[in-house]
Amino acid sequence: MRFASLLTASTVFVGLLAGCGSQVNHSQSVYVLVDTSGTYVKEVSKAQAVVNYVLGNLEPGDSLAVASVKSRSFSEKDIVAKVSLSKDPIQVNAQKRLFSEQMAEFAKSTKNAHGTRYTDITGGLMQGAEFLNETGAGKKTIVIFSDMQEELDYKTVRDFPIKLDGIAIIALNVTKLDTDNVDPRRYMGRLEWWEKRARAAGATDWRVVNDMQHLERAFARRG
Amino acid sequence: MLESLYLWPDKPLPSLLVLLILAMPFMYLGREPVHTLLHRISRAIARPLRLSARWLGDAAARLRTRNREVLLAHGSREQRLAIERELERVNTLVQRDLEGYPALQRKLMEEITRIEEDYKRSGEVPPPSPEWVKAIEALAVIKATGDGVVERILGDIRSSLNDIYQKVMAEYRGAYQERHKILSSFLPFWRSVSQTLGQVERNITSLHDSAAKIDANVAKLEGILARRAEVENTLTSSASTQFFISALVMLVAFGGAYVNFKLISLPMSAMVGGGDYVTDTLRASEIAALVIVFFEALMGLFLMESLRFTTLFPFGNITEKMRRRLMWASLAILLVLAGVEVALAVMRDSIIAADVALKQSLGTAAVQVDSGWVTRIPTFGQMILGFTLPFALAFVAIPLEYFVASGRIVLGASLTLSLRGSAFFLRLAASLSYEAGKLATNFYDVLIFVPLAFERWLRAKRGTVLPTNELRPPSAFSEPVTGREEVV
Repeated sequence: MRFASLLTASTVFVGLLAGCGSQVNHSQSVYVLVDTSGTYVKEVSKAQAVVNYVLGNLEPGDSLAVASVKSRSFSEKDIVAKVSLSKDPIQVNAQKRLFSEQMAEFAKSTKNAHGTRYTDITGGLMQGAEFLNETGAGKKTIVIFSDMQEELDYKTVRDFPIKLDGIAIIALNVTKLDTDNVDPRRYMGRLEWWEKRARAAGATDWRVVNDMQHLERAFARRG
Repeated sequence: MLESLYLWPDKPLPSLLVLLILAMPFMYLGREPVHTLLHRISRAIARPLRLSARWLGDAAARLRTRNREVLLAHGSREQRLAIERELERVNTLVQRDLEGYPALQRKLMEEITRIEEDYKRSGEVPPPSPEWVKAIEALAVIKATGDGVVERILGDIRSSLNDIYQKVMAEYRGAYQERHKILSSFLPFWRSVSQTLGQVERNITSLHDSAAKIDANVAKLEGILARRAEVENTLTSSASTQFFISALVMLVAFGGAYVNFKLISLPMSAMVGGGDYVTDTLRASEIAALVIVFFEALMGLFLMESLRFTTLFPFGNITEKMRRRLMWASLAILLVLAGVEVALAVMRDSIIAADVALKQSLGTAAVQVDSGWVTRIPTFGQMILGFTLPFALAFVAIPLEYFVASGRIVLGASLTLSLRGSAFFLRLAASLSYEAGKLATNFYDVLIFVPLAFERWLRAKRGTVLPTNELRPPSAFSEPVTGREEVV
């Protein structure tokens, strides 16, 4: 009798565990857009630190990609490095190490390079959304390392609604331009415009973080 | 709301007074139905409350009877087990000690015989020759006459006697020395006898203690079987103590289990996948670690059960051979799991080290200084913990058994208490409701005191006098409702 009751309790416990087995996807995907246009190209070393931070905090099963923002950024060719981490924590270390090396090479290559003439942030966002949706991750984030000043050539068309459903956008190190210093409303207005655009595109969150010393605030996981 | 009825909005009191005066005749006419209404409302509230209170009271009584049965059955089982254990102890004592009693007795008898013989030997003194004594006595009576020959003869005899005396004394002393030697050779035998008798005394005392314990337990068992109230109280108190102590021990054991879980959850991610979630917050690796910890506890339960330390499972009907097999199987699985935990502990350390190294290379963690063997201490600590914790967890079975057994009694007693408490509060609410109804009726009569006073005056004039201190009694509450009748 007592054995039966203990057995029943164990079965109920296992059943409860199985029953409450959620279908929530806990994996995370991060797409880092690094602005390499104009004078902002000099900030790439800072971007490397951010990527390393993100890399250190990723868990098995997560994905990460780094892409550069150029004159036209809606292209897979702009993806500098990408990785889908394995479920095995020992393999994950090797993958992270390799990715870090790729990122270091990218930073090195841009050190003395001239920035591109135009800045296609929208194209980068669309490319990022495509990548993130393909990973099928539960939590999708696009990190934009840019001054958020979009400049397009006359042929490039980006003035149409974009789709960023279920994606959180974090704008990092949004530096102030000389014109912003003349009239700070330009800076505020620019950020406001991007937030409005991101939210209209279906983004779940929009954050601007300029304090690079406290990146944990920007990347609070599973919060 | 009420303000809309005011005749003079700025004078509420006169307005209310006038309203009351205007309403008084109507209120007097509607007195009977209002009283009945108030009574019915109060009864409608009070009756279900009392009914519920009675049901709860009955349920508490039934539960108490059942708890009593459980308590006495548990107590009886415990006492029987205690008696069995004492009897087993006595049996072991008797088998171990009393089996050796013939040999002990023989040894004792031999030692006593030897002591007797030695004693006899020590008492044997060589008797002096009677003839020789007579000759001495005859010589002693000869008086000195001054005769030279006689004097010389006597002198010779004296010197001879002195020699003989010296010789006899030497022999006498030698004999005594011999007897002392014999007596001193007694000592080891006496000691041996004393030790043997001491051992016998200890055995007998131990047997006596066991017998006293058995007597006490039998007396308790008799008390339980006779269902004495004091025994019930003692058992309840004992069960509560057991419950809290076992809960405390279980808490400590849970702490150990948590440490064990933490130790293996990270390396388990290498086996079952690091990013898989089973529930919203629990990873698959954590569940796997949890399962291993539970499995260890389960094996511990089986081990303790097969060693007869606990009786959680009905293993009484399996053969002794099967029981031994089960014991070895549980022990083997526990050993394997302990080995697995050691391996996982090493793996955990290597994963953490690799992670730290990676973060250092990424520049997101501080560089650690390698202090040689000191840095290895946590690894060894984890390995030792990994090996010992499964065995430590095995002992959870013992407090668990006490927790389950005493928990049933404590839970039953708490439930009875809460049922009784609820019944009391429901009864109180019912009484309050009834009294509130009566109070409302009286208040209604106070509001219409003028017509009532007039009625009394009229009745007095007609000759139907009511007591001065009493108005016409409200019919609805004329008979107080009490007891079972009210519920029926």
